[in-house]
Amino acid sequence: MSLSYSSLVLADGRFPAGGYAHSGGLEAAVGAGRVRDLASLHEFLLGRLCTVGLTEAALSAATAVRLEQDPPTAVAWDDLGAEAHARIASPRLRETSRRLGRQLVRTARATWPSQLLDSLDPAMKDGPHLSIAHGCVGHVAGLDAFAIAVTSTYGTVAGPATAAVRLLGLDPAAVSGLIATLATDAEEVAATAVEAGGGPLDELPCPAATLVEIESERHEQWEVRLFAS
Amino acid sequence: MSSGRCDSLPPELHTHHHGHDHDHDHREPSVSTDRLSAAATGGVTGRGGRRPLRIGIGGPVGSGKTALIAALCATLGRELSLAVVTNDIFTTEDADFLRRRGVLPDERIMAVETGCCPHTAIRDDISANLDAVERLEARNAPVDVTLVESGGDNLTATFSRALVDHQIFVLDVAGGDKVPRKGGPGVTTADLLVINKTDLAPLVGADLEVMDRDARARRGSLPIVFTCLAREPGAARVAEWVRERSAAWSVEGLQGLVP
Ligand SMILES: Nc1nc2c(ncn2[C@@H]2O[C@H](COP(=O)(O)OP(=O)(O)OP(=O)(O)O)[C@@H](O)[C@H]2O)c(=O)[nH]1
Ligand SMILES: [Mg+2]
Repeated sequence: MSLSYSSLVLADGRFPAGGYAHSGGLEAAVGAGRVRDLASLHEFLLGRLCTVGLTEAALSAATAVRLEQDPPTAVAWDDLGAEAHARIASPRLRETSRRLGRQLVRTARATWPSQLLDSLDPAMKDGPHLSIAHGCVGHVAGLDAFAIAVTSTYGTVAGPATAAVRLLGLDPAAVSGLIATLATDAEEVAATAVEAGGGPLDELPCPAATLVEIESERHEQWEVRLFAS
Repeated sequence: MSSGRCDSLPPELHTHHHGHDHDHDHREPSVSTDRLSAAATGGVTGRGGRRPLRIGIGGPVGSGKTALIAALCATLGRELSLAVVTNDIFTTEDADFLRRRGVLPDERIMAVETGCCPHTAIRDDISANLDAVERLEARNAPVDVTLVESGGDNLTATFSRALVDHQIFVLDVAGGDKVPRKGGPGVTTADLLVINKTDLAPLVGADLEVMDRDARARRGSLPIVFTCLAREPGAARVAEWVRERSAAWSVEGLQGLVP
């Protein structure tokens, strides 16, 4: 992969698409006492990368691969949407995924104006899932499938890592170091995702983080929480 | 408490009536959210061929933002079609409070969770708020005015111009009479400054004249209203300001002065 400026724009935590309000399940894990320090955060991030991270990156890559091959009108949007939907068990996380998908498309429409992004929503009732939105946005930003998958895995790691700094008072520099040490893992996951993304939709990877899904349902009932998910 | 004064200080605002008491039925058929363009930047068109007027209400924690919204809904709810988006920091308390008070039907109120960054949600990354505002406006079309309450923050919080058309900044007298002097973008540039809880002035030794003088010095000709929402729950003068802004907004729309 050659480094592209656009991939940095898309991956930047300051890209205004709503990510800052979400912890990727980390707040619930902290509440359950499973993430307490740098070491347990490392385990959480690695677990997330290999489960949700792979699933999401593969869906993004599958979207990008199809957009590279066919005009958007020929892409089986309903099937893609159904595959994404089926890979999120928690109703709350499904809603979160759609909300973040809408927010990403909204911001990207102004960032990289394109017919594809303008036409996205009617194709996906209630907004596209985040993984599909990410694939589309990466595509119009000129990223190839691997860059799209890598930026996806980076988001999978960086979101909860940043949340951990706020929730646990961890040393921000140490957490940066942690994000950096996951580079090889993240790139491997991205490569697997791209390979799978070129295959049939119903064979896309689907490793789930079941505990995260269950806890996210409980998290919604918390009376006081810092993050929306 | 009997020594508390609730009278409004200088009559900054002319309270003349425009006589446009349009009565709307609030139970308009709702637009299916499925058909919404989620990414639309303009949102759903309201009266006057223009999208609804959006007003942000910001200010420090506990200054009376939600109380002001409840007051505005109570006073204006029958003449204007209103919608409210709240931004709580940790909970959905403000939305729940407004629902309990029954100032607006449930479907006209939506809470946005801001991931402990209230200023980010109204200024640096407004995507969640825009999403909520547009869905709410579409679901309740036609809406005249959408009120967006910021999560309680500090004196530096202001709304992005891409999220709201006007902003009201609410200060609390109990925060001390030095606050207007401290300035900050909210105090200095908000389209309307509301200084609330005048009843507490004697209890905290705050001098309302000083607050008025300092606020004027910071704001030039921008309007200032003193309120005591605890005793004047209708917020008549703020409501009048909103009424005037809403009328001006539709007139501009009808005259085609704006896109
Ligand atoms: N004494 C007095 N209390 C008031 C007045 N207006 C509001 N309050 C009280 O002040 C408290 C905070 O009011 P809210 O309307 O919740 O303030 P807020 O700015 O929305 O607060 P946050 O959203 O938490 O930042 C409540 O207990 C109100 O009843 C007033 O004029 N006088
Ligand atoms: Mg409030």
